[in-house]
Amino acid sequence: MKNFKTLVKDLAPKKFGKFDIIWTCFLVLIIIIGIVAYIDQLIKGQEVTNMRDYALWGIYISNFVFFVATSFVGSVTVAILRLTNNEWRTPLVRIAEIISVAAIVMAGITIMIDMARPDRLLNLFIHARLQSPITWDVFIIPTYILISLLLLYFPLIPDFAILKKYFKKKDPKLSKWYGKLSLNWTGSIAQKAIQTKSIRIIAIMIIPVGLLLQTIDAWLFSTTYRIGWDSTNFAPYFISGALVAGIGALVSVIYVVRKHKKLEYYITDFHFDKLGKLLVLACLTYLYFNINEYLIPAFTSKKGESIHLDTLFTGAYAPLFWSVTIIGLIFPIIILLFKKGRKPLPMFIVGLVVVVGSWWKRFVIVTPTLLHPFLPIQGVPESWHHYFPSLHEWLITVATLAMALLIITLLVRYLPVIPIQRTADELGLSENKIKNTES
Amino acid sequence: MGKNKKNSRRKFLDNGLKLGLITAIGGIGISKLTSKLNAKTSSSSNDKMELMTTDGTLIQVDSSEVMEVEHDTNHDKKYNIREGMPNRKFVMVIDLAKCKNALKCQSACNKHHYITGDNAWMKVYKMQESKDSAPYWMPTTCMHCDKPACVTVCPVDATFKRKDGLVLIDNERCIGCRFCMAACPYSTRVFNWGEPGQEITLNMDMTDHTPSPEHGGMPSLKGTVDKCDFCPHQVQNNELPHCVTACPNGVFYFGDKYEDTVTNGDETVRLSQLLEDKAGYRLMESLGTEPSVYYLPPTNRLVDFEDGLEFYKEFESVEKPEQS
Repeated sequence: MKNFKTLVKDLAPKKFGKFDIIWTCFLVLIIIIGIVAYIDQLIKGQEVTNMRDYALWGIYISNFVFFVATSFVGSVTVAILRLTNNEWRTPLVRIAEIISVAAIVMAGITIMIDMARPDRLLNLFIHARLQSPITWDVFIIPTYILISLLLLYFPLIPDFAILKKYFKKKDPKLSKWYGKLSLNWTGSIAQKAIQTKSIRIIAIMIIPVGLLLQTIDAWLFSTTYRIGWDSTNFAPYFISGALVAGIGALVSVIYVVRKHKKLEYYITDFHFDKLGKLLVLACLTYLYFNINEYLIPAFTSKKGESIHLDTLFTGAYAPLFWSVTIIGLIFPIIILLFKKGRKPLPMFIVGLVVVVGSWWKRFVIVTPTLLHPFLPIQGVPESWHHYFPSLHEWLITVATLAMALLIITLLVRYLPVIPIQRTADELGLSENKIKNTES
Repeated sequence: MGKNKKNSRRKFLDNGLKLGLITAIGGIGISKLTSKLNAKTSSSSNDKMELMTTDGTLIQVDSSEVMEVEHDTNHDKKYNIREGMPNRKFVMVIDLAKCKNALKCQSACNKHHYITGDNAWMKVYKMQESKDSAPYWMPTTCMHCDKPACVTVCPVDATFKRKDGLVLIDNERCIGCRFCMAACPYSTRVFNWGEPGQEITLNMDMTDHTPSPEHGGMPSLKGTVDKCDFCPHQVQNNELPHCVTACPNGVFYFGDKYEDTVTNGDETVRLSQLLEDKAGYRLMESLGTEPSVYYLPPTNRLVDFEDGLEFYKEFESVEKPEQS
């Protein structure tokens, strides 16, 4: 049986090892390369991308949609599992919140990379027009960033107080920082009451805001006439897709963190089993909306729709479409339906596949539609009939992904990835108890 | 010590402020005085002038007070650029029966809007609805929709709809998000992906020109959207848009819906009569965009479709100037 001291020792943040430093440097290097590519794009304009007048949005947008989708994990695991009193969430929520913050911050940055005139960013506020879905995004993304940060921060306050004490001798500087962040937490009944209430309000608030975020993201597409986007199914389709992407990311990160920080005692097979069930539920829901999205237009097969669907089912985008659907969605469902498939290692592989599949899925949603406008594509260079990202686009996009991983890495380094106080409470441990047994 | 230092600094600031205030007041006083003195010397002439006010009474004014006002010749052409020319509603009719893909419209448009990219604002599409139906040539401009999807989605009001029917772009406000391009079902919008380079390719001096929504491409700006503007800069001078005048076959009719007349330069006709006689229609009526451009179906054609194939280029719409 663990006592409070060993618990804190287990869960307190640890210094970077050799491997962590190499990993961080690697990410920083990728980010620097991306920044250089972005500066070049700023100077030369977006002609350095392979986007043109027909494929007018590319991986910057699909990558943005991916980040937005992944950020949904915070609302789901934390808020929904909390409101439904699923106790098994405890060791998982902190990581979910961290992923959420990293993803939504990066979503905000990514959308600016797509803007051809970032120097006129303020126009979005000065000349804002309420009827544009982009303006809705301008409102909802900062709101979600703020709520996600609060949802990460509030439950951390008691842990900061514990860490302040823990690091007092080992690392006074770090202890001071934790002390400041703990806002003089003493654990008194009054403080606890305020904290519980605040967390509850945020947890309730993040659900509608999270749903709105995904919905607005879907509306960016479905408010146009374009075949493949003009769908009333789009918002729930995006919401369920966000569940898949988010939980997939959560599973992958949790596996790595657990292995790296040796948290097998706290994050057990039981947790992976539960997460696996949640992921399979998400995948099944997403499959359902996929069937709606593709099968009904295929059934009525209006001319434009069938041209679009042909390129997906049998045409140029068929390999990608079927990989994303079969490997990224159907295989995970089959694997996760078996108990053996919900063990940590297979779950990790499934999680990674789901995340990669989710990323490419957004590409399949954004690009093919743009290449089938209502009027035929004529009078433009042959290369404008296709789209595949340029080197600049890849370097910048990979850098944004690296930046998200860097944010996660740094937060995992300095924050207790498993809530200490709550775990202690659940295990029935407390500081006083130790004192009692000691004395 | 510390307190003393603080005090002395405050005193210094205080004095400085007072001194400054006195100088300012003094300065204003002196300048007022000199201006009064100057006025006295200049108004010494005793010539009186008789003038009539706007309500008809005669008054006498010292002739030195009378100044000549430059007469405003541009009087009725002044209007708010975002609101448009008052009491007008511009429309176009494109007669598909006459079009044989001569592409003069396109080259005139490219020339007068200084287009340097690879995608012309005006296209002449090679159309064929189905295997058994006849092929035809279909010129397209911006449809200047009355319910423009592009305007609805623009987050910054850079593209806007005017009362005279035009949909224009403020290139100095556009943020380059390209949402309007995604929203437009007619694929009419063109983006400046890089530096337009009009100075280099067209050998033009653009430094004196500030961009105006009323003359697209003059100059084009990097990272912003361009499109057909219906040539309000031509209309202002009582001239027809470039594509209308350039067309050798009289395909394009331009005019004012309120006046119910359109003209292709050779003949002027009643808009309503033309649309009724020739069964005019609009592109993608089902989308509800309410375009300002009408089409007359390609019936009783005066020209062979095949004649146009000679000029048809699938992958080019802007001729590149020859390298010299």
